[in-house]
Amino acid sequence: MFPTPIEKSSRNWQITYQALLPIAMIVWLLPLLAVALFSIKPETDFATGNFWGWPTSFEGFTNYGRVFFDSDMPRYLLNSVMITVPTMAGAVALSAMTGFALGIYKFKGNLLIFFMFIAGNFVPFQILMVPVRDLTVNMGLYDTKTGLILFHIAFQTGFCTLFMRNFIRALPYPLIEAARVEGVAEWRIFWYVVMPLMKPALAALSVLIFTFIWNDYFWAIVLTQGPDAQPVTAGITSFNSQFRAAYHMMSAGSIVAALPPVLMFFLMQKHFIAGLTLGAVK
Amino acid sequence: MTMTADAPSHQQRGWYKRNEIAVTPWLFLLPGILFFAVYVILPIFQSFWISFHQWDGLGEKTWVGLANYERLLGGDRKFEVSFWNNIRWLFLYLLAIPMGLFIALFLNQTVRGIRFYKSMFFFPFVISQVVVGLVFSWFYLPNTGLFDQIMGLVGIDIRGGVLGNPNTATYGIIAAGLWPQTAYCMILYLTGLNAVDPEQVEAARLDGAKGHKMLWYVILPQLKPATFIAFVVTIIGALRSFDFIAVMTNGGPFGSTRVLSFYMFEESLSEFGFRMGYGAAIAVVLFFIMLGFIAYFLYSMWRDDKEAR
Repeated sequence: MFPTPIEKSSRNWQITYQALLPIAMIVWLLPLLAVALFSIKPETDFATGNFWGWPTSFEGFTNYGRVFFDSDMPRYLLNSVMITVPTMAGAVALSAMTGFALGIYKFKGNLLIFFMFIAGNFVPFQILMVPVRDLTVNMGLYDTKTGLILFHIAFQTGFCTLFMRNFIRALPYPLIEAARVEGVAEWRIFWYVVMPLMKPALAALSVLIFTFIWNDYFWAIVLTQGPDAQPVTAGITSFNSQFRAAYHMMSAGSIVAALPPVLMFFLMQKHFIAGLTLGAVK
Repeated sequence: MTMTADAPSHQQRGWYKRNEIAVTPWLFLLPGILFFAVYVILPIFQSFWISFHQWDGLGEKTWVGLANYERLLGGDRKFEVSFWNNIRWLFLYLLAIPMGLFIALFLNQTVRGIRFYKSMFFFPFVISQVVVGLVFSWFYLPNTGLFDQIMGLVGIDIRGGVLGNPNTATYGIIAAGLWPQTAYCMILYLTGLNAVDPEQVEAARLDGAKGHKMLWYVILPQLKPATFIAFVVTIIGALRSFDFIAVMTNGGPFGSTRVLSFYMFEESLSEFGFRMGYGAAIAVVLFFIMLGFIAYFLYSMWRDDKEAR
């Protein structure tokens, strides 16, 4: 193990290390702690210039209550859920299939198609903006959740295919050969042999896509406008203009907007990290 | 779960059964390729096409040949500022890699509660860039912001605040971007460190290697795959940077924080009429900057793939 395990070092360094950990963490999370502090402060604190001191009263319930009952925030949150969940399902389904095709079969053009998916995924997505916006407008899907979902599914399929294909490739191939010898139809091999083995990959991808799509801002402002379809990342800017310079409200709103992926991360941490670090170990 | 072959109709048994292995992959690929082609591959070429036109996004496109590129490269000051800011992003964003490695080395221990600390160090990455941008813009507020107060203690006064001053604004935004990116690199390295071969480390230790020598000659070579991915995601992240700029400064002050992706967006959906052709031309330039990196990434992945099988 590197660096040298702490148990094998001097007593002094052990104590220093234990003390250093929480300090380092607080420094690292300082910007977030500041926002959390802002969000429970009363309005008067900002008027009197008490930005960083102790709150004069605890107004957490009032502030967060206003986020939920006095703004469009719940609508934006609902939009985000209604965009994120179908995208998650769509991209995972499509890429399970493409990943299966590219990971199991040997055919001409296999690697070429695989690299097309990867390359498309690396492209700076600004180059897609004008044509995709035009396409969405022409289909009558501008400013709808569907328009946003369709694009997200397509774009995420690139990354998901990379992920699924590499995962499926690592599965024991004799299993598939054995099924073929038994005369099992190919689509049944996909459904009954490969799919059950892919559960960890499906879980990892789902959490990753959830986070990516929830946090998307660029496409949200390119393809939607207004509270009918906009997700919360875009909604937070209108929220902020509603509460201009009201830092306690803007902080509470930001925390609410950021929370779902954070919860997802803490609940599914193992899968999340397995997904993000795919390929970091040979 | 039954593993017996189903009994397909006689018609199906004929041609499909005989060609099953050859046809199945294409059937499975079809929906994915269709989506990807319509929304990702074709638009790349369409953008090239549009960049040779003048177009407001609604009416007819007018062919202008290379005029957009001539204007772009012939002394468009906004373009120059954006381009150099992109270069700044590229280089400074790479700092996330050593910083992530440093934190990973710091946290790679087995004391009590370390898993909690690792999660806490990682989780800025999970927060949306919009929120991180907002948080940092309050952190940087002139006079009242925490950063300004700390700087005040040292006696440094940045006129207009970090984000209000054209000389510091871009760096302020990059610093905000580095925060989640470092977290990402850290988690890559933590995973990599977990897989470092303990026997090699012990052997090197017996040979008297320690500290930075051990890190450089024994550990880092084994962390190569993690470094590669960290490099890929950091480069892509740097060139795609948009959210932070849109939220923190909206390109200002005096246009000093524009990058190509932001300038492209601004031109295409500008309030003074949509200039889609010019926007597309900017996107094409950004694409070519990226292309060098993409080619390198694909080449490395292709090489590894050949070795694997």
